[in-house]
Amino acid sequence: MKRVMALTLFLAMIISTAGCSIKTGLEDEEKKFTVAMVTDTGGVNDQSFNSSAWEGMSKFAENTGSKARYIESSQASDYLVNIDRLADENCDLIWGIGFALSDVVQRAAKTNPELNYAIADYSFGDKTPENITGVFFRAEESAFVVGFIAGMTTKTDSVGFVGGIKGSVIDQFEYGYRAGVVYASKLRGKSINIRVQYAESFSDAAKGKAIASLMYSNGCDVVLHAAGGAGVGVIEAAKEAGKFAIGADLDQSYLAPNNVLTSAMKNVGKAVEIVSTKALSGEKTGGKDLSFGIKEDCVGIPDENPNVAPDVVQKAKELEEKIGSGEIKPPNNLESYNEFIKAINVKK
Amino acid sequence: MTRMLKILKKPVTCMLIAIFCGFVVSALILFATGYNPTQSLAIMFNAVFSRPKFITNVIIKSTPIILTGLSVAFAFRTGLFNIGAEGQYIAATIASTVVGISLDLHPILQIPIVILSGVLVGALWGAFIGFLKAKFGIHEVITSIMLNWTTLYLNNYVANSARFHKPESDGTYPINDSGLTMILYNWKFSEEGRSFLKNNQTLNDILLKTDLNIGFIVAIIAAIIVWVLLYKTSKGYELRTVGLNPHAAKYAGISVNRSIVFSMLIAGALSGLAGALYVTGSSSHNIHVLSMFENNGFNGLAVALIASSSPIGCIFAGLMFSGLIYAGQSLQFKTGAPSEIVNIMIGTIVFFVALTQIIPVIADKFTRRRSEHVK
Amino acid sequence: MDISNEYAVQMRGIEKSFGTYKVLDDINIDVKKGTVHAILGENGAGKSTLMNILYGMYHADAGEIYLNGEAVNIKNPSMAIKHGIGMVHQHFMLVDKFTVTQNIILGNETANAFGIINMKKARKDVIKIVEKYGLKVDPDARIEDISVGMQQRVEILKALYRGVDLLILDEPTAVLTPMEIEELIDIMRNLINDGKTIIIITHKLKEIKASSDDCTVIRKGKVIDRVKVKDESKQSLAEKMVGRKVRLVVEKTPANPGGKIFEINDLRVKCARGIETVKGLSLSIRKGEIFGIAGIEGNGQKELVEAITGVRQVESGTIKINGKEIQNTGTRNVIDNKISVIHEDRHRYGVVLDFSVADNAILENYRKAPFCKNGFLDYNARDRFTEELIKEYNIKPERCKGTRIRRLSGGNQQKLVVGREVANNPDLLIAVQPTRGLDVGAIEFVHKTLVRLRDEGKAILLISLELDEVMDVSDTISVIYDGSITGIFNQKEADEQKIGLLMAGGKENDENA
Repeated sequence: MKRVMALTLFLAMIISTAGCSIKTGLEDEEKKFTVAMVTDTGGVNDQSFNSSAWEGMSKFAENTGSKARYIESSQASDYLVNIDRLADENCDLIWGIGFALSDVVQRAAKTNPELNYAIADYSFGDKTPENITGVFFRAEESAFVVGFIAGMTTKTDSVGFVGGIKGSVIDQFEYGYRAGVVYASKLRGKSINIRVQYAESFSDAAKGKAIASLMYSNGCDVVLHAAGGAGVGVIEAAKEAGKFAIGADLDQSYLAPNNVLTSAMKNVGKAVEIVSTKALSGEKTGGKDLSFGIKEDCVGIPDENPNVAPDVVQKAKELEEKIGSGEIKPPNNLESYNEFIKAINVKK
Repeated sequence: MTRMLKILKKPVTCMLIAIFCGFVVSALILFATGYNPTQSLAIMFNAVFSRPKFITNVIIKSTPIILTGLSVAFAFRTGLFNIGAEGQYIAATIASTVVGISLDLHPILQIPIVILSGVLVGALWGAFIGFLKAKFGIHEVITSIMLNWTTLYLNNYVANSARFHKPESDGTYPINDSGLTMILYNWKFSEEGRSFLKNNQTLNDILLKTDLNIGFIVAIIAAIIVWVLLYKTSKGYELRTVGLNPHAAKYAGISVNRSIVFSMLIAGALSGLAGALYVTGSSSHNIHVLSMFENNGFNGLAVALIASSSPIGCIFAGLMFSGLIYAGQSLQFKTGAPSEIVNIMIGTIVFFVALTQIIPVIADKFTRRRSEHVK
Repeated sequence: MDISNEYAVQMRGIEKSFGTYKVLDDINIDVKKGTVHAILGENGAGKSTLMNILYGMYHADAGEIYLNGEAVNIKNPSMAIKHGIGMVHQHFMLVDKFTVTQNIILGNETANAFGIINMKKARKDVIKIVEKYGLKVDPDARIEDISVGMQQRVEILKALYRGVDLLILDEPTAVLTPMEIEELIDIMRNLINDGKTIIIITHKLKEIKASSDDCTVIRKGKVIDRVKVKDESKQSLAEKMVGRKVRLVVEKTPANPGGKIFEINDLRVKCARGIETVKGLSLSIRKGEIFGIAGIEGNGQKELVEAITGVRQVESGTIKINGKEIQNTGTRNVIDNKISVIHEDRHRYGVVLDFSVADNAILENYRKAPFCKNGFLDYNARDRFTEELIKEYNIKPERCKGTRIRRLSGGNQQKLVVGREVANNPDLLIAVQPTRGLDVGAIEFVHKTLVRLRDEGKAILLISLELDEVMDVSDTISVIYDGSITGIFNQKEADEQKIGLLMAGGKENDENA
């Protein structure tokens, strides 16, 4: 009984302290335009989306004299709390990085209609709330280019694709890539076999490695991954098999300089920078999705591709220009892929 | 001298000394890494205490780790080391999510069924470990660690399964609304509720911006029940005897094997309750693919350690632990301190708390040595 | 006495306090070279502390130590060894998985330039010492495979290997069989003849008489007397030690046994390693009878007790109490059939050290009224019961019901255990080594209690490794050897020689042959 009393007293004490605050010296800082982001559970050093986003945000802050801030989430249950925390901090634009945060961003936008939100790599489509900007990437464009490079490079006439978990974002990669390979095969006038398999995970590097190893031993000599952390295993497998892998999201050649052929980059940072700059200039970005592709310089291949034959690089650059100008429109799902194939057939 | 020893032996004294030492060392670390220590500590204080909403968030965050802490503490009191709290927790989140999605009954039925399914699965998970120990003598730490991983992959399997996976996400659908345990959930999002809350800033903060749920109250009740079970009932006496001296227990007619299974059953149920309350009480009300453990179970180990396995102590330890994590995130936001520094700070404080548990042991040794010569 | 090199050890004005309690108060001791010097005192008199100071484990608050007439300052055991002092502790410090030789050279390895130990030479050295003093130890045996008596010799060997001149033996006979004790005394004689000096710490009078030349009696941290052993009787030494008149012989009236109450028939039990260690054992005990089982350790006593108490599976045979078979029915059923046990190792089996005295008092009855109501413990009933036990059995300190039993002395712990088991009002009380580690006063108390219970008509099964105890207390004395009872005697006709022979595996009619 005594303990229960003590507990009650303790709780009462805690609640009564609510509202106390100590001066920290930060209150007097001059108010600046502030953008802030919440990472997903990967953390800000994930060498991927989060780090890219933070890079772009830092660049934006540097260029414009604004302030940039981030909070890392260690558990999925932190998303709501962290997004809400930013609402208390007078942020002018609040970013959720990654589709995992889409639900909580939506909820926060609803409870804080006066604040502006953006979500990276997610689209609410027609139902986008007035104060949210959906930012998504035309990843099929870069996937198409790397697919083309893969198709031009393969000596075994067999290439592979390792996806994370099936979904529209990964569909962009898969079908863009497949279309690129087909495009190359038409150009070379021979058929190229494509193997596609999913790791059912964005994190299980061991599984990614196992799948890729099997592909390599079955004759594939180039494999693209779109599987996040699981994709690291794909690159490892390439290293061990002495074959090529294609990185995703970032230039992943640092993981295996001799075995990463090229990378289908998604420059989240660039998109973050563009959208943040728009917000600073007062342009209304809420209530719609913004898509970013080769034209905006937000997807593409790295500037340096030492493992790719120079003439192929040259052709790839030309292809990029065609995509940028809208001459070629790579497919991003099964339906558009089928149409695309048909169109190619007709062309030939 | 004796009085000094007596005061030192009081757990509360130890705790305060520990927290103090922890903060001092944390301040030194902050200073060494180029952050203003007094400012940082002030930020951390404000992060928890300056608004009711923050306290609410700390309480919400403390719920699962109080319960997993209780689970570990209970098992420890009965001589078992339940490192499997993590797996039991995950197993329960899977069960509650699956049941919460599959069923859609009236809340009066739905909520207990969803929670009980989690508790039950957690209990089975624990009992399985206990059974392996009782029947085959396999140490519970080994089976627990392996079962943790098994459960993690089971979780990923379910999260990716066609039946439950939500497209365009890394997890399942959320459970049906009828299973949610947030306080005034339907009302606070209704037109009526929102217009009412608009006029009350504090309530608006607490209710609308957090997932305030019944979990904490349940956790406190669970702590009291565990305390009563351990110290007021003959079953608890039996379990404690087995924990402290299984040989003597055997000769006193207690079935040690049955006790082990029972203990792990209860411990698993407590971890399971943590998982079930998380699914029903905190967004996103689902399970999602895990690349690593989220540490709700492992943090329970730290909580039990800080509480020196006292059931009631787990409440305070859980609050402190979640407060530190919560404040750490604010510190990161305000000063840009990397999460590593924040984790080092938390680790230091926990380390000191654990360290000071030795003080009563030392004081005890000292007095014991003396008394041994007195006889 | 003056400081002189005739003495191996002289200690002057040694004082030591733990906290505010003075354990040793102005102790002076003189140990002549080439003698066996006994330090006699009850448990807690301070004799072990004194020797630990000499061995460098503790530091004296005041006083001087002289070795061979020279003042020394011994800071730690390795310094003590350098000064030629060795100590064999009550609890051996040996590595079970190592061989005798490996244990002996442990910490004192002689290695060549490459760090490789010269085992051959070490083994030869060990054999040399073994032969010189007649220690009869196999240098290649593993510690886990040899008897406790052998292990003790390994400890002595360890000290001799390090070249000590003064050997301290702390309660060396506590774990030995009568035969082994005799052998130990022979070894001690050999050592003395070689010019070594021995200090033996003990509270056993018989062994002092048999082994020692001089004796210093310590009581409550003070030297009471220094005597020549040959001038004293056991009785006079006991009185000096305890400080009052004691009865060394158990006083009891002749037994008046009633009907058969407990019966074991052709019992077979396997030990933990799966080897049959109780091999067709049969016995029966009558009401109002103390039935003693003498025997050397490891002849099936442990498994016998475990089988009776239901902790170990019985392979075949029956155990009956009041005509009811109870084998393999579980410990709880055994307790419910009014069988109580006072265990040999109370710390392991008899009490929960970290429970309070009160919690320990209800260890077997926690689930029964009045201690338990509807699944909840009644702490008031528990405390009342504990207070009664404390008062009835004079457990010290008086207000200890809330303290952890760990804090009580061994004697007081045992009083609680005895009290608790007696309060169960058993039909059969099994007492296994009930006086192990207790001092004279407590031993007297335990024996008296057993006799009192017998007089109340209870059956008592006394199992002890100390032949004297079995012979003094029991009405019927039996010998266990290799898992069966090899001889049963009435107390009056029991003969120590004969029983000793049976304990060692001889046949009853061997002496005639």
